Amino acid sequence: MSRHLGAAALVAILVALLSIRLTQFRDFQMAQVAVYVTAVAGLTVLTGLSGQISLGNGAFMAIGGYGTALLLLHLAWPLAAVLAASAAIAALAGALVGAATARLHGPYLAGATLLLAVALPSLTYKYPGVFGGEQGLNVTVSAPGSVPLTRWQAWITCGCALLTLVLLANLSASRIGRNWRAVRDDEVAAALAGVNVAWARILAFVVSAACAGLAGSLLAVTTGLVAPTDFTVTLSVALLTGAVIGGLGSLAGAVWGSLLVVLVPTYATDVATSHGLSSAVGSNIPVAAYGVVLIVVMLVFPNGIQGGLRRLAARVVPSPRRDEPVPAEMNNTAVRNASREASHEEIPKTPARRRARGRIGGGGRRLRLLEHERQQQLGRADGLGAGDHQQRDPDR
Amino acid sequence: MSSAALSVGSLAAGYGGVLALKDVSLTAAPATITVVLGANGAGKTTLLRTVSGLVRPRAGRVLVDDTDLTGRPPEDVARAGVAHVPEGHGVIAELTVEENLRLGAMSWRRDGRNTGRAARAAAVAAACDRFPNLGRRRHKPAAVLSGGERQLLAIARALLARPRVLLLDEPSLGLAPRAVRQVMELISQLRAESGLTILLVEQNARGALAIADQGVVLSLGTVVATADAGTLAADVALRHHYLGY
Amino acid sequence: MLEFLQFTLSGISFGAVYAAVALSLVLIWRGTRILNFAQGAMAMFTTYIALEVIRGTGSYWAGFAVALAAGLVFGALAEVTVIRPVEGKPPLNAVIVTIGLLVLVEGLAGIIYGGQYRSFPAAFTVTGLRAGRSPLGISWFDVFTVLAVLAAAAALAAGFRYTTAGLRLRATAFDARIARLLGVRVGRVLTLGWALAGLLGALAGLLISPSTFLYPNSMDSIFVFGFTAAVIGGLDSPAGAVAGGLILGVLLSYAGGYLGSELTPLAGLVILALVLTFRPDGLFAGVRLRRV
Repeated sequence: MSRHLGAAALVAILVALLSIRLTQFRDFQMAQVAVYVTAVAGLTVLTGLSGQISLGNGAFMAIGGYGTALLLLHLAWPLAAVLAASAAIAALAGALVGAATARLHGPYLAGATLLLAVALPSLTYKYPGVFGGEQGLNVTVSAPGSVPLTRWQAWITCGCALLTLVLLANLSASRIGRNWRAVRDDEVAAALAGVNVAWARILAFVVSAACAGLAGSLLAVTTGLVAPTDFTVTLSVALLTGAVIGGLGSLAGAVWGSLLVVLVPTYATDVATSHGLSSAVGSNIPVAAYGVVLIVVMLVFPNGIQGGLRRLAARVVPSPRRDEPVPAEMNNTAVRNASREASHEEIPKTPARRRARGRIGGGGRRLRLLEHERQQQLGRADGLGAGDHQQRDPDR
Repeated sequence: MSSAALSVGSLAAGYGGVLALKDVSLTAAPATITVVLGANGAGKTTLLRTVSGLVRPRAGRVLVDDTDLTGRPPEDVARAGVAHVPEGHGVIAELTVEENLRLGAMSWRRDGRNTGRAARAAAVAAACDRFPNLGRRRHKPAAVLSGGERQLLAIARALLARPRVLLLDEPSLGLAPRAVRQVMELISQLRAESGLTILLVEQNARGALAIADQGVVLSLGTVVATADAGTLAADVALRHHYLGY
Repeated sequence: MLEFLQFTLSGISFGAVYAAVALSLVLIWRGTRILNFAQGAMAMFTTYIALEVIRGTGSYWAGFAVALAAGLVFGALAEVTVIRPVEGKPPLNAVIVTIGLLVLVEGLAGIIYGGQYRSFPAAFTVTGLRAGRSPLGISWFDVFTVLAVLAAAAALAAGFRYTTAGLRLRATAFDARIARLLGVRVGRVLTLGWALAGLLGALAGLLISPSTFLYPNSMDSIFVFGFTAAVIGGLDSPAGAVAGGLILGVLLSYAGGYLGSELTPLAGLVILALVLTFRPDGLFAGVRLRRV
């Protein structure tokens, strides 16, 4: 806890110093990155920790954004209260969505959340009286004293992003985080080990929706406007892209992913306009380049940027653990845990965690054996791809 | 032993950081049954998987009729004449019995024999005649078959590939005693009638040694004994220590 | 009553297109366990190619054929170049790669063809059909749309059942490891699956573009509803994809017609939520094994 807080305080000071040196536009960009970090970190928890995909977190951002606009417009609450309330409203929506999708997996969950992202903004067209229709709603905030507005916005967003990261880091190191990992790795084993699977899955949606709601609220504050075009499917897709590209294994990945998602298109646009290309070409080259970056990063760093950095670091400073001899009769679970170890090193290994893992792993092994028998009866192995199979199904 | 149908030299293979096979060598003469024995985790299944290409070897060689198949992908190994009936038979339950059999006869290597469509259909029909239990339900999904029938289907499908080497992974696992006897009889028939070289992994050491020519005992990924089947069956100390009977 | 008939018929016509997209997604999903988010974008691009060919040759059918062929080639090309490396990797990697492909293709279309809306010709007249004096709300081209998709689906089903390649495709979809042990070159089979999916997508693009216009994002919403249809039907079931497409098309047509077109996406969400509440793996899900 204190370690996370200390690091966050350090970054906060750096950000504050930096923001004073930056131009207005760079301050705005910094705020944008911070907005994305807030939302992507929440999605990293949902997808990376609890194993649920969401292509609809942009919808929660819309809820947060419109909540902020309406609260400021009609009730004129102080900003901090508005931010908190917006996150809370989005969290409530997250609870509803989480409960409705608790039984869905993989592409079915992706489809349901994708449609949520498509459908929700259409409500603003249906009720233009409340939501301002296509024009959207204005959001006005004022900076205290002589602080320029963009710098003030950068401070608010970065502060909220850091706070979110600290809270999520602590959450993922807590019992709740362990439960999420257990559910992600093996739902049945987690249930046998006493984890309430449905609650764990819903809670992950609540947390991730709260982050997205806060991010949407911050977005409204920085852009001064909420409109349906701000919250299209593209936004939801960008969030997931940021989370996966950054690396789902850790919150640091959320920062890398957000930087890439926000800065690559802007940078590519700068390059294109500075070369004086025609408008059709100039406005589309960045799009194409962004697509190429997504593909290349994913092919070069299969575990995301953070995973890639970690691999590079490991090559420079070889870890002694890898050379330890491993007994050949190590069972299935041990192998799986060993490989898991490699991909999720960021969480400190407390004795409690080891205990939990041992217990859950054991349950998983028993279950896999049962499952194997069942597969024999049904006459087929699971539907994993061939390559996957080799890694996951060692000699028994 | 230059006339070996299958020759495995100093093979090492594993998963992640775990070496399931450390140093395994064996040779099998043409038209023989070699039974691979050992406790759970000895590396028996990994040996078969490495021979058939499902697992990439870390070291060593795999030769079939002097063709080097080391590290080749499973589809190439299969086309070179190695048929692998994996643990749990690997019948595709959603396909019909006949479709499973057709899959077996789909990837014949060009060895001078007729590989045309009609020849394949004839081979499938012949298999249906040979195994009337399968033939009777050739248009039903394989899911309706019993465990023993599925094992027969898996072996029949492997035979349709016209293999030179047949790898069988615990064909008797989970079968009723009667079905076990049937499967074992079939295996010894195969060697006699078609000159097939068979590598058989079995838990049921007594039954397997009874039909085998040669036995190889694995422990923790290394070979602890290689001898002809009769000698192994007579070695009481070895049996107690490694085979548990 | 006439209104109801009109909504139903035009719903079937749109649904047929959703079905084609859904079928292409199912083909890829069964083989590679990958959702191809670029399916719509690829179809958009092949439709641009068709437009070029039609302008050049003056023949609609030449453009039609070239677009289908281009769909085959693009599908295969995508699989071989960018998908092959992520097969067997964490599933989300493939999702991001196909999203990258989607963005790339839409960007390329913008660079080459510009962003303006273009009209795309139809194979047959788009003037409304009538029964006696009352308009039916559909045209001969809509009839062609439905027949073309059904014919494609039937051809695919027959190919799966009666050809060697079809058997290889099915075996790979059910158990790629076993297929490889039987000598099936799984890589080629997956390429074939992607190629066929590309062809179906191209067909969808050709059939829908006369009513939506053609622009770099023109297939986005068609993709979303095609995906929804595939999820409704069950991603492992080709029959489910066709049924899901038709059901979704008709229900969305009612929603749009009776409640207002801005509610169509919301209606889609409600339909999907209802189906998945009772059938979490879609309407046509068979007995599926839980993966532990």
